[in-house]
Amino acid sequence: MTETLTLPQVIEPTIFELSSPGRTGVTFPEPDVPRSDLPAELLRADLPLPELAEVDVIRHFMHLSHLNYSVDGGFYPLGSCTMKYNPKINEDMARLPGFLFTHPLQPIETVQGSLALMYTLQEWLKEISGMAAVSLQPAAGAHGELTGVLIMRAYHRDRGDHRRTKMLIPDSAHGTNPASSGMVGLQVVQIPSDSRGNVDLNALKAQCDETVVGLMLTNPNTLGLFDEHLEEVIRTVHECGGLVYGDGANLNALVGVMRPGDIGFDILHFNLHKTFSTPHGGGGPGSGPVGVAAHLADYLPSPIVGIIEEGTDDLAPLFGFIHPPRSIGRVKAFHGHFGVLVRAYTYIAMHGAEGLRAVAENAVLNANYLRARLQDTYHIPYNRVCMHEFVAEGRFPGSDVRALDISKRLMDYDFHPPTNYFPLIVHEALMIEPTETESKRTLDAFADAMLRIAEEARTQPELLHEAPHRTPVGRVDEVKAARDLVLCCWFPENQ
Amino acid sequence: MTYIPNTPREQAEMLATIGVSSIEELFQDIPPRYRYPKLNLPPALSEMEAAAELKELAENNENVRDHLISFLGAGAYFHYIPAAVDHILRRGEFYTAYTPYQPEISQGTLQAIFEYQSLMCALTGMEVSNASHYDGATAVAEAVNMAYAVFRGKRTRIVISPSVHPQYRAVVRTYVQGMGLELVGDESEANALQSPFEIESLIDPNTALVIVQYPDFLGRLYDYTSLVQVAHAQGALVCIAANPTALALFKTPGEMGADIVVGEAQPLGIPLSFGGPYLGYFTTRKQYVHKMAGRLVGETVDQRGQRAYVLTLTAREQHIKRERATSNICTNQGLMALAAAVYLSLLGKQGLRQVAELCYHKAHYAAQRLSQIPGFSLAYREPFFHEFAIRLPRPFEEVQHHLLEHGILGGYHLGADYPSLKDHLLIAVTEMNTREEIDYFCEVLQEVSHD
Repeated sequence: MTETLTLPQVIEPTIFELSSPGRTGVTFPEPDVPRSDLPAELLRADLPLPELAEVDVIRHFMHLSHLNYSVDGGFYPLGSCTMKYNPKINEDMARLPGFLFTHPLQPIETVQGSLALMYTLQEWLKEISGMAAVSLQPAAGAHGELTGVLIMRAYHRDRGDHRRTKMLIPDSAHGTNPASSGMVGLQVVQIPSDSRGNVDLNALKAQCDETVVGLMLTNPNTLGLFDEHLEEVIRTVHECGGLVYGDGANLNALVGVMRPGDIGFDILHFNLHKTFSTPHGGGGPGSGPVGVAAHLADYLPSPIVGIIEEGTDDLAPLFGFIHPPRSIGRVKAFHGHFGVLVRAYTYIAMHGAEGLRAVAENAVLNANYLRARLQDTYHIPYNRVCMHEFVAEGRFPGSDVRALDISKRLMDYDFHPPTNYFPLIVHEALMIEPTETESKRTLDAFADAMLRIAEEARTQPELLHEAPHRTPVGRVDEVKAARDLVLCCWFPENQ
Repeated sequence: MTYIPNTPREQAEMLATIGVSSIEELFQDIPPRYRYPKLNLPPALSEMEAAAELKELAENNENVRDHLISFLGAGAYFHYIPAAVDHILRRGEFYTAYTPYQPEISQGTLQAIFEYQSLMCALTGMEVSNASHYDGATAVAEAVNMAYAVFRGKRTRIVISPSVHPQYRAVVRTYVQGMGLELVGDESEANALQSPFEIESLIDPNTALVIVQYPDFLGRLYDYTSLVQVAHAQGALVCIAANPTALALFKTPGEMGADIVVGEAQPLGIPLSFGGPYLGYFTTRKQYVHKMAGRLVGETVDQRGQRAYVLTLTAREQHIKRERATSNICTNQGLMALAAAVYLSLLGKQGLRQVAELCYHKAHYAAQRLSQIPGFSLAYREPFFHEFAIRLPRPFEEVQHHLLEHGILGGYHLGADYPSLKDHLLIAVTEMNTREEIDYFCEVLQEVSHD
């Protein structure tokens, strides 16, 4: 070591560092009306925004884009996230001028196209899920959960059943389930899993009493397993007066193959950004419509799209907004993530019933193929036929290599790592979800890389501990980030 | 199948490796009577057919660019979006990426969000911004959650001005259902035009949060400094929901002393798109950062000594804290935050001011012209930005019908939310409205002023 770096090297300057006073990337026309006086006492002194030309801005964000991994760029086997390919036609459809330039508060007569699309999508989601009614308003999966939990609470209270304060949640659940219940002031009771990865029936029965709001169940669960006693689990909760909430995060395994509504789920949220291929956008926007069984239809968030006047042979029906009579209220402004709904509509229209069944079948086939290729090298604690994903352990007997090391080393082979350290019930978890849009060739390349990494773990463990080596940045100092808390490159005191 | 690459031959090879003879065998855990329901969905369309169907649906709308002259705002505004914004948004590297949990291969998204956070702080005069919320309404609801957490649930009153967007107030009511909070201040719909300072008398030592809007839902601009002082004297926090375009010109909520500044950032380069996806922004003081919900990007270094970015303070979040998390928030509006960052970078100091000034001058021209038409009058005398309320001489439905016949969306009917403002129209004017359009709007309204 001859010298120590005192200042970090910069891969790409920030937009503030690139600023040059006097530049602008856009000019607007001069006012075509007389100028009015501005209220002097209300004006701000300075507007400290950066100043750049259009070319500066384009190059900056192009450079940033090159630092990202993406589904368009490669395989993204991120368990529970369903990182399937995002069809390009969906992007074009969402940008049709008739959709892009409509205001959410226009009179309904002027937006019949948008309303027809929303109505049809509600109907399709009902048909796909077996639920009786659907609201498209929730903005994401977690938002759908909050909506669902509020509906469960309202339903019990409406029946004068104020004792119900306990939400049952399996230990394999996503963290959003308990967090959503916590936001509504409910007490969360964790239900353990049995040795085959199912809900532990005895533990469930022990908790089922007159204080239960319901059960929040992800099925297939986060181990990628379909609960072998699903009917009994649902019956047990119903018998004590509770409701069963289905977390639709894993619906990609079931779409076209089984309808959660048929088997007794009372509520289900959809993740349009998972099952129905709308892009994740680097962390949103998602869309989390909620479906409910008939006895809960009156509680859906208001408004939903309905037919205001029936059509005739020559005349289309008039679509408009309807307000369910016992609605929990609004969960967001306006009508949901309409642009995301257009993409999901396009996707379903291009699949039909058979196409959707093929989605689930191939998602499950791909996951089981990877499981089969990896099971002799990586320990899979609940190793039975899985659905769309499975969870392996990222550790080897006698080795100090961890799931994190394996994940980082995968980047050197140009793969996105699986979800790691989740679910919490598996040690050093690597949760692998390939989706149906990957070919056998891609799956083989990934499996080969995983096997090679297992070999490296034995022969050159330091290669894994120090990985990744071929990425734009190496492992980052997360402790420093949390300690120094530099969250912004502009501060009021710098003004 | 359209997006499934594997051929029957490859599927057969894979089944052999798994050791099963058919795909159906993989679904044995599903009770047989529920397996393979017949779905009543229309037959699958080819891409060509789907494109035609969607085009037809889109053309069943009348849009504000090609068919209608719009003066409709009320929380969603028609602004010009420079072409470069969507060119960046359409980069597959951005829109097909996941939440940046793996910093080594997500620096693009992480730095873009870090810049977005910085830009929102610069705009609002606040110290920290999160990576975004779903929209303006849910950002206000998250402000309530945060205030509740700051006082550990010991303060249970939320005071909200009646001139906060009615849908934001509705969403807050939905969110607080199970929290045991009391929401006061907006009951008096009888007097919607009352000054937002009237709620000062409701702020007591049990008040966790006071919520006002800037400009308010009716378009009015107030310096809330004195209200903030009254709230702080009682130990309460203040949340100001602000229109980001207005902040290009007017005193920042940060300068007024606000503790939380949130709002709808759709005006910053995001299309109307029939109501979403939009962008809820959320900024606060550094002292509250641990109570703030949502994703947060921080600067750090990597093992090679390079500057790098990473999601930080994740211990606040649902996947670690579960039921004790501040919020259940999981996704944010990543791509919309990118849109706002690109928009603000392109317009910069000069461009954003220019947009705000155009909005201001055109709105004031429109207000002045409209108030000269017999029977029409401005509903208030306070300063406003680009939206104002006007009293109609005729029932709203009649006026709207007449305007629509002339291809005009006249604005938002305030009577829908405020019974005392029956037949009042909320009119928004942006840089997209030409003088010609405003003059035409006045001419058409002139016709309804006569009998």
